Amino acid sequence: MHQQSNGYQLEIKNLSMRFGGIVALDNVSLGIKKGEIFSIIGPNGAGKTTVFNCISRVYTPQRGEITFEGHNILKLKAHQVSGLGIARTFQNVELFKNMTVLDNLMLGRHHIINCGVIAGGIYLGKAQRLEIEHRKRAEWIIDFLEMEAVRKQVVRNLPFGTQKRVELGRALAMDPKLILLDEPVSGMNLEETEDIARFILDINEELGITCIIVEHDMGVVMDISDRVAAIDFGEKIAEGTAGEIQKDTEVIKAYLGSEDLVVGRRVEED
Amino acid sequence: MTSGDFKTSYKADTAIFQTIWIKLWMAGLVVFMIFFPFWAGPYLTYVVNLAAIATIGALGLNILTGFTGQISLGHGAFIAIGAYSTAILTADAGFPFWLALPVAALITATSGLIVGVPSLRLKGLYLVMSTLAFSFIVQYVIIKWEGLTRGSTGMGVPSPKFFGHAIDNDRAFYFLIMPIVVMAMLFARNLIRTKVGRAWVAIRDRDISAEVMGVNLARYKVTSFFVSSFYAGLAGGLYAYYITDISPEHFPITLSIDYLAMIIIGGMGSILGSVFGAMFVTMLPEGIRIAADVFGTSYPVLVDRFFEVKVMAFGLAIILFLIFEPTGIYGRWIKTKIYYKSWPFTY
Ligand SMILES: Nc1ncnc2c1ncn2[C@@H]1O[C@H](COP(=O)(O)OP(=O)(O)OP(=O)(O)O)[C@@H](O)[C@H]1O
Ligand SMILES: [Mg+2]
Repeated sequence: MHQQSNGYQLEIKNLSMRFGGIVALDNVSLGIKKGEIFSIIGPNGAGKTTVFNCISRVYTPQRGEITFEGHNILKLKAHQVSGLGIARTFQNVELFKNMTVLDNLMLGRHHIINCGVIAGGIYLGKAQRLEIEHRKRAEWIIDFLEMEAVRKQVVRNLPFGTQKRVELGRALAMDPKLILLDEPVSGMNLEETEDIARFILDINEELGITCIIVEHDMGVVMDISDRVAAIDFGEKIAEGTAGEIQKDTEVIKAYLGSEDLVVGRRVEED
Repeated sequence: MTSGDFKTSYKADTAIFQTIWIKLWMAGLVVFMIFFPFWAGPYLTYVVNLAAIATIGALGLNILTGFTGQISLGHGAFIAIGAYSTAILTADAGFPFWLALPVAALITATSGLIVGVPSLRLKGLYLVMSTLAFSFIVQYVIIKWEGLTRGSTGMGVPSPKFFGHAIDNDRAFYFLIMPIVVMAMLFARNLIRTKVGRAWVAIRDRDISAEVMGVNLARYKVTSFFVSSFYAGLAGGLYAYYITDISPEHFPITLSIDYLAMIIIGGMGSILGSVFGAMFVTMLPEGIRIAADVFGTSYPVLVDRFFEVKVMAFGLAIILFLIFEPTGIYGRWIKTKIYYKSWPFTY
């Protein structure tokens, strides 16, 4: 494995991204270590999702570098990033709504399955062997995330919380080394939130997958993160352990007037 | 123990025909199909042959539009390219059937690439316009390039020959076309449930996340154009052989609309729906023709304005389906099946 000199698995250096006049990211640098759970927090519009979109090459930043295990990500096209072992979920659930849960997961394995038009159309032989082989992994993930009951259901008909879980499953199906989770518990009730938090810990510990999480639920962030970075108006304002971030004056200032930080759901419910 | 829907292996779960009942039905269907032309007589066989050829074309358009989500008004042009390629290869180059048909389909598929690549940046209405423009270009070329196509006079297509026997009647054609249709359906079905087909549907449903999952959008869209026009080429080639004389008027611009009607009425993104739609759209004009024979004296408009009546009937059918049954005949079929499965417990 390519270990970078500074020990980071993913390194973002001086990332800047503008949309016309809007500066979404301004000179942001982050380093994420292999096996970490790293959270990015910040008020609405701070630029968190933009970081993810740069990493997954949905956006092309104007300036900066992103390296993953020694590979320059900015040289890649969006569809090539998954090949490095980077998976993600989306803030607003971007599933394939007319496919079943199982097919969504199988699509997650797209870049691993090696089957073209002719083999697929003939099916018997190679394609069948591949389908069954990869189906096993998809079924394993369905069990892992406790989604057996909806396995063959079309995603469109599922409740939002379940859809978010399917999206997590689809990302896992990509056999990633790093997974980017954009607000994995937003819109969920307490029970669903706790399930997802537990899954993230399992994914991180059992499967050894590095996790970067963007989340507004401070209860979850503070519970499960190894390190946290705070972004405000496109600039990184703080970075440290959960404890350090909670006490950071810049962070508190950024969240003043916004209920997000202190009044996390946990605090509210406890 | 055999309980309801419990599969013991992924292999059983991935089979197309899953239960013993479905297998029996399929066997019965095959027997029926073998005896059909002997029972049905030439006219009905002729209509079914046309529907079968249209099924191949509809499968092709469904691959591009129904599964990949790329709306095209150029499908009729690809059918025409397939028909003319077959005619030229057979009549002028002396290719035998078994060589002419696949080569013609490959030529058509290549022309699909030529349309597909520049269309990569186009979506929705812009793609509709560019494929429509392509249709006009193809029609113009067919009419003007007389050296190759004989222009508006049209050209004859020698019948396929197997071991010295010419396939030149409806029944013989039936037995030539049917195996090809079945293979085309199975191929499409398999394609849809494996990697390539899943990528197409993913592009249709959410192209950005498909890309993030590793789907090369450009490549799979172009592949979809390629496979779609390959099917169109097969359909066009078989059509040319079947009607033996082709001319530009067999491939009007509205042919593309007929094909769109087939997949809308039959069911977008459904293999079986392609069959239903092709049957419906092929038989509708025959129905109007019969109506014209019966009521022609009291309603001469049916005879005088046959073409317009046909186009209007299609338009009406499309509108009615879009409003009342957006999933097409296939959707209705599934609902009916579910109804009878749970009968008499219909809750
Ligand atoms: N495609 C785009 N075009 C124009 N502006 C954009 C685009 N994407 C993001 N922005 C802008 O960039 C800024 C950062 O957006 P971003 O989505 O990264 O915020 P965020 O931190 O994820 O916020 P939230 O917590 O609300 O999800 C916002 O001002 C947003 O309006
Ligand atoms: Mg966001």
